[in-house]
Amino acid sequence: MSRIEQTFKQLRKSGGKALIPYIMTGDPSLEATKKLIADIEEAGADIIELGVPFSDPLADGPTIQRAHERALQNGVTLRKVLALVKEIRQSSEVPLVLMTYFNPVFKFGIEAFAREASNAGVDGVIIPDLIPDEADDFIKAARQFKLDTIFLLAPTSTLERIKKVVKASTGFIYYVSITGITGAKLSIGNPMKDTLEIIRSNTGKPVAVGFGISTPQEAASVSKLSEGVIIGSAIVRLIAEGKDIKDFVKKIKEGIGG
Amino acid sequence: MNEKVPDNKGHFGIYGGRFVPETLMPALIELEAAYRKYIKDTTFLEELRSLQKDFIGRPTPLYFAKNLTEKLGGAKIYLKREDLCHTGAHKINNALAQALLAKRMGKSRIIAETGAGQHGVATATGAALAGLECEIYMGSEDIRRQSLNVFRMRLLGARVSEVNVGSRTLKDAINEALRDWTTNVGHTHYVLGTAFGPHPYPVMVRNFQSVIGNEARKQILQVEKKLPDCLIACVGGGSNSIGLFFAFLKDNIRMIGVEAGGHGIASGEHAARFAGGSIGVFQGCKSYLLQDDDGNVLGTHSVSAGLDYASVGPEHSFLRDLKRIEYTYATDEEALKAFELLSRTEGIIPALESAHAVAEAAKTAPALPKDSVIIVNLSGRGDKDVQEVARIKGIEL
Repeated sequence: MSRIEQTFKQLRKSGGKALIPYIMTGDPSLEATKKLIADIEEAGADIIELGVPFSDPLADGPTIQRAHERALQNGVTLRKVLALVKEIRQSSEVPLVLMTYFNPVFKFGIEAFAREASNAGVDGVIIPDLIPDEADDFIKAARQFKLDTIFLLAPTSTLERIKKVVKASTGFIYYVSITGITGAKLSIGNPMKDTLEIIRSNTGKPVAVGFGISTPQEAASVSKLSEGVIIGSAIVRLIAEGKDIKDFVKKIKEGIGG
Repeated sequence: MNEKVPDNKGHFGIYGGRFVPETLMPALIELEAAYRKYIKDTTFLEELRSLQKDFIGRPTPLYFAKNLTEKLGGAKIYLKREDLCHTGAHKINNALAQALLAKRMGKSRIIAETGAGQHGVATATGAALAGLECEIYMGSEDIRRQSLNVFRMRLLGARVSEVNVGSRTLKDAINEALRDWTTNVGHTHYVLGTAFGPHPYPVMVRNFQSVIGNEARKQILQVEKKLPDCLIACVGGGSNSIGLFFAFLKDNIRMIGVEAGGHGIASGEHAARFAGGSIGVFQGCKSYLLQDDDGNVLGTHSVSAGLDYASVGPEHSFLRDLKRIEYTYATDEEALKAFELLSRTEGIIPALESAHAVAEAAKTAPALPKDSVIIVNLSGRGDKDVQEVARIKGIEL
């Protein structure tokens, strides 16, 4: 059982929900990222998403776009992200998920990436511009090297897409809360509830909800509908402003319980 | 061509496909279904044909460039006059068809990216005609280079949104348009301007542009009683070139696609994906891409905004591997020379994009026998470039 699966299993037992913060690796520096990961883990994160910077992050809103730019300016590459994960693994067992666009993985070599990510201690991978239809090679390599493949679903997803995505996903399923990009305004309404219900009737795999969740109140509401809450832009913004994120992560965790 | 290319998921061999956020998948599937339906719908096709004739001004002439031919002293050069299309370039062929399609699909709003501004103007025109709301994304660097087209789009009722991230050119405008589409996918159609992006765009745009080659084939057979020996077109995303080439793919004819050589390949400041790139996945499809070792997309340079793009349509990559099309490049300097050459010999000011094709014709024609025939796709007119050329020459207008 993967670290991610174990985490969800334990949370299910205790009645808790997973808090999954996202930070951009190397923003403001690789050293800072190391410290941030330790802080976030201590504050109650169950799984941590590490962004891999890319020149053209088309699923991201302005806040995370700027984080990509800053990390790239700091010379951060996929290779350096993997090296950092290796370092972190010496002192932490927190499940780590890479969030990367597909081209850096493709350029690295899909199989080489899966092997080296697994060796470094990465647990799962989210690729926002890779749909299961195009992911045969990636899924094969990920299974071979025991990486969870976390695919995304959206409010626009049809039953056919839902079936395809839940089948291809392991670890958890990433439900995009809004029809939009990261950091947009959240709306917790019937479309989300309805789609989550359809997803649930098609899989027993955990579902985590992300995009647009920025306050402990929103996180609490979303956690009632899912197994996990993903928070990205709100944290990335605090980091960009040089503010402490430990307190914020703590408050979110208290809000969602567990 | 093999009927399995592209396959039903939009793969041209190893290229193409769909690399987009899941949010867009239902929209792409809906678009593909609508496209397949309406290209067989006689009412739709009649409306399109009628507008191609009376609104765009098709068929565009195939003009024998006698002076240029004599000056170069080799093959006979014909120009396919897409510069005479309404709005000044081939872009309207695709933009108008997609606007009509969006209307049929019940969308109330269309969006588009633009580099040189020609596709933005064409889309704004299509939106005005079809009665659709319109928003155009354009990099701030391109807005500076093409201010005239920005004003044209606004006159046509479109909102022009400046894109101030990344390299501030075409690729960043596409990112922003994709973000908009992801957010407003319910009532918005994305009019992608070239034979690129996720399936079905490469095949749909190619088919809407293939009117160029279909006409040229008939026209050359009429005047020369034979097929041409060589076709030349510039390649940015690749829609004017594939539009001309497609009707001739089964014929044994030399075809040359001309990329933007910028300041030369060695300088690193260019947009010659085949000369300087490698296979990558970018903005919805797999194709040749200018990228660094870590898979980040490199900045590009060309004197022509319309060719200033880091990747190229997947069908071009496929046809290049098959050696069916040759790809070369013309530098900024060569394009600027050709811009003046055509202006002075023929009284036709070409778009800087098309000037790249003219530059290649100037290299190729002299080596060919006098009874051989070259067709150059004159994809657009140069009015939009006059200010920029003056600036480069240090002339104050």
